[in-house]
Amino acid sequence: MTYVFVFEVGLAALLLAIAVWTIVVRATFAAIVFFMIYGLLAAIVWVRLFAVDVALTEAAIGGGLTGMLMLGAAARLREIENSGEKPGLPMRLAAGMLCTLISAALGIVVFSLPDVAPTLAPMAKANLAQTGLGNPVAAVLFAYRAFDTLLEKVVLLLALVGVWSLAPDRVWGGVPGFRVYAQPSSILVFLAQLLPPIGIMIGVYMFWTGASYPGGAFQGGTVLAAMWLLVMIARLQPVPAISLRPLRLLLVVGPVIFIAIGLLGFVLADAFLAYPAGYSKPLIIVAEATLTLSIGVTLGLLVAGPPEWKTQQ
Amino acid sequence: MTLAFDIFTVVAVSAGSFFFMAGTVGLLRFPDTMTRLHALTKVDNLGLGLIVVGLLPRAEGLLGALKLLSVWIFVQLAGAIVSQLVARVARREGRHT
Repeated sequence: MTYVFVFEVGLAALLLAIAVWTIVVRATFAAIVFFMIYGLLAAIVWVRLFAVDVALTEAAIGGGLTGMLMLGAAARLREIENSGEKPGLPMRLAAGMLCTLISAALGIVVFSLPDVAPTLAPMAKANLAQTGLGNPVAAVLFAYRAFDTLLEKVVLLLALVGVWSLAPDRVWGGVPGFRVYAQPSSILVFLAQLLPPIGIMIGVYMFWTGASYPGGAFQGGTVLAAMWLLVMIARLQPVPAISLRPLRLLLVVGPVIFIAIGLLGFVLADAFLAYPAGYSKPLIIVAEATLTLSIGVTLGLLVAGPPEWKTQQ
Repeated sequence: MTLAFDIFTVVAVSAGSFFFMAGTVGLLRFPDTMTRLHALTKVDNLGLGLIVVGLLPRAEGLLGALKLLSVWIFVQLAGAIVSQLVARVARREGRHT
């Protein structure tokens, strides 16, 4: 199996080199591109570690959506960067110190891990049948540690509120200043007409198959968000105003249904987020389906950014 | 029969890898944006195509084979469209070199 070893060492070396380059390179745009490549390579590493669920998330979020968020941030930063204004020495020292501290802390934690990591994996597999699911990762997310998952989704909404709160009062409830590039009848329009039907199907499939195989609400939702963004970039659909009622409903429907199912657990089972025996799989599927929608809309709006115009332009 | 399939896989995947290497050399060595894009899209088409064809005998049934083929088609679609977009920006900004 030496060729596998060579491949893995090569992959790790490449990952390290790209990580270093991401930090060292001066241009913001180049750094973001390298960060996205880093995310895609990290996804391959997760596949090699047999963590396909994590790999899918890393590819969708780390290699895709985060990059898009950062490209948006870079576009906003360009004016400041071009003005030639540089942070002073104390600021740079503080930033450097903070980075060193975080790296050192992470390094200490990683090196002090026990050689044989404590694992709950056998227990997670042993009780899998009770949840009615086939994918132990989905069981962890929606049965064993459902509360964490719930908080995760609420945090996503909080992040969106944080982005929205950057808007000045006069445009509150208006249209996000998402930069749309496509000229009419350009090739991007063609892609935005061709890809979404397939992309939506893949997004729904990823959520659906997540109950039994790698996949899930987050990965599926990210694919849906990507399709929506593509349609908006190509100007096939306008960027919606954030005060739109159906949009707000889509944002909260996932967490609300999840919380409702959780509260139902008080009545029908014995605790918050406990599923009544025999009904766990259908309830989890309902929660995941609505969460997929909410995650897709939330991520799309996160990339679209804070409102900048009062009405449709 | 298995041996024939194995030989086919090795030959096709090796040929695909060769095209990937050639495309990478082209990306690094070609003089301007347009020719570099040309090298990249050829790799998507031929390199990945040969690797997919080579892996087809090893696919799990018809569905697996279709999945492999659709990976190839989508990469081609993305490659063709992105290279068009990059080329358009390069032409507009006059950065041919």
